[in-house]
Amino acid sequence: MYTLCNFIHSTIGRKILMALTGLVLVLFVMGHMLGNLQIFLGPDVINAYAYKLHHLLPVTALWAVRLVLLGTIAVHIWAAVTLTLDNRKARPQGYLEDKVVQASYSSRTMRMSGIILLAFIIFHIAHFTVRAVPAGMKGGEGGVLKITEVPLVKDGEAVLKNGHEEMTFNVNDMMVLGFKNGWVSAFYIIATGLLCMHLTHGFSSMFQSVGLRNGLWRKRLDRAALAYGWVVFIGFAIIPVAVMAGLLKQDPTGGLVSQVGETAAIIESLEK
Amino acid sequence: MEKTMDLTLKVWRQKSANSMGAFETYGVKDVSEGSSFLEMLDTLSEDLVEKGKEPVAFDHDCREGICGSCSMTINGIPHGPEKATTACQLHMRHFHDGQTITIEPWRAKPFPVIKDLVVDRSPFDRIIQSGGFITSRAGSAVDANAIPISKVTADYAMDAAACIGCGACVAACPNASAMLFTGAKVSHMNSLPQGKAEKDRRTLAMVTAMDGEGFGGCTNIGECEAACPKSISLDMIAHLNRDYATAQVKNFFNPVT
Repeated sequence: MYTLCNFIHSTIGRKILMALTGLVLVLFVMGHMLGNLQIFLGPDVINAYAYKLHHLLPVTALWAVRLVLLGTIAVHIWAAVTLTLDNRKARPQGYLEDKVVQASYSSRTMRMSGIILLAFIIFHIAHFTVRAVPAGMKGGEGGVLKITEVPLVKDGEAVLKNGHEEMTFNVNDMMVLGFKNGWVSAFYIIATGLLCMHLTHGFSSMFQSVGLRNGLWRKRLDRAALAYGWVVFIGFAIIPVAVMAGLLKQDPTGGLVSQVGETAAIIESLEK
Repeated sequence: MEKTMDLTLKVWRQKSANSMGAFETYGVKDVSEGSSFLEMLDTLSEDLVEKGKEPVAFDHDCREGICGSCSMTINGIPHGPEKATTACQLHMRHFHDGQTITIEPWRAKPFPVIKDLVVDRSPFDRIIQSGGFITSRAGSAVDANAIPISKVTADYAMDAAACIGCGACVAACPNASAMLFTGAKVSHMNSLPQGKAEKDRRTLAMVTAMDGEGFGGCTNIGECEAACPKSISLDMIAHLNRDYATAQVKNFFNPVT
């Protein structure tokens, strides 16, 4: 009588799918943010992190993870689009006077923040993963962001494998170069602000959609959602801000210079 | 001396389901602040009848806030600005002299306008018909202590059963979702021992009926809860979601019929 198809096409079924995919994305966003913040620990640390991400799993498994994440986003968007179309159909005529009593701004603008976030995700992947976006840098480098390879550094010394220096991407320089463009940085900061808004509703709403919320937990989860949204916003936005402020610098050696010198440079620029 | 006020009303007028509607502006004078919103509309209708015009059609019955008949959006809020109050229980003292009040019917595709402020709410009846009942011997009333029910459960079921099915939740929802109504009915019956036997069948049937009537989905914004004259909480929607997910999982392994 009731099939899986029936579940997926019901309004509640699609909201449950949206909640479950939302949970995956909420957790991914936190992992991504914590990974990014390692740039403050020095170029050697963030570059070693990139090395770990690329070598921890075989290439096929890495692609599997990427495809699962993209698939998760696809399901999230499919549910949002089909539900929005159904909702529009259910309310063809609005009110002459339309008042909002208690719905939060972020809850009412999920579709707008979502659409801009999708545009951001596409830009972000093109910018840092595929590296197809013109860097638009000063000094004649008009081409796309180029990534250089530097030795993998551990404890201030290059890691040797079979007598050769093991190489890794210089993610530090890629991020610093990418964020030196004011427009790019501004877009990243605005997009993470929208992500904050999206999360302040979504984080709590996903519990409601699967039925794991009541009056008491609604208050707690709403507060947790607000905190989570702000933590994510600050955690992501602080990197372009730090680059624009000159706190994060390029390091063509990939952190091979002693840690002491690096720290001194940061302290020096802070004092300025 | 009781205070009175003069008001300007912008009322949605529509001859029949198929005709085009439009707003008409009327003035009403010397409205007593102690009168109810519907009594104020009655005086307008008397005025219109005296002038040989068609009075404003609106649903009403008990006028004491328990039947769920009155259904009008007053200044953009179903049942008007007072929390947990039906339009019939709304006193004119909440308005002021010289105010312009906009009165519109519920706006939702499944609730087509029949005339003026009257809408067809039979989709709610069909949701109830699909599962809002228990199949048991309908003899004389059983003794109150025949089936022990804890105070907590009884209170919860009573909170859910407070729903009068007026449709304000659908009217307040930007998606015209009937989740608060269906949630209240499902939570009411599913939480009591008498309703447990048909819990999964009921939940699946009522959600299917709700979707089939063309109501939108829930976006968890909470406007329905704010508009509800009986303060039905969003907890009822969470309960519906929980029972629906459980019923679907059970149905996957062992079809619920």
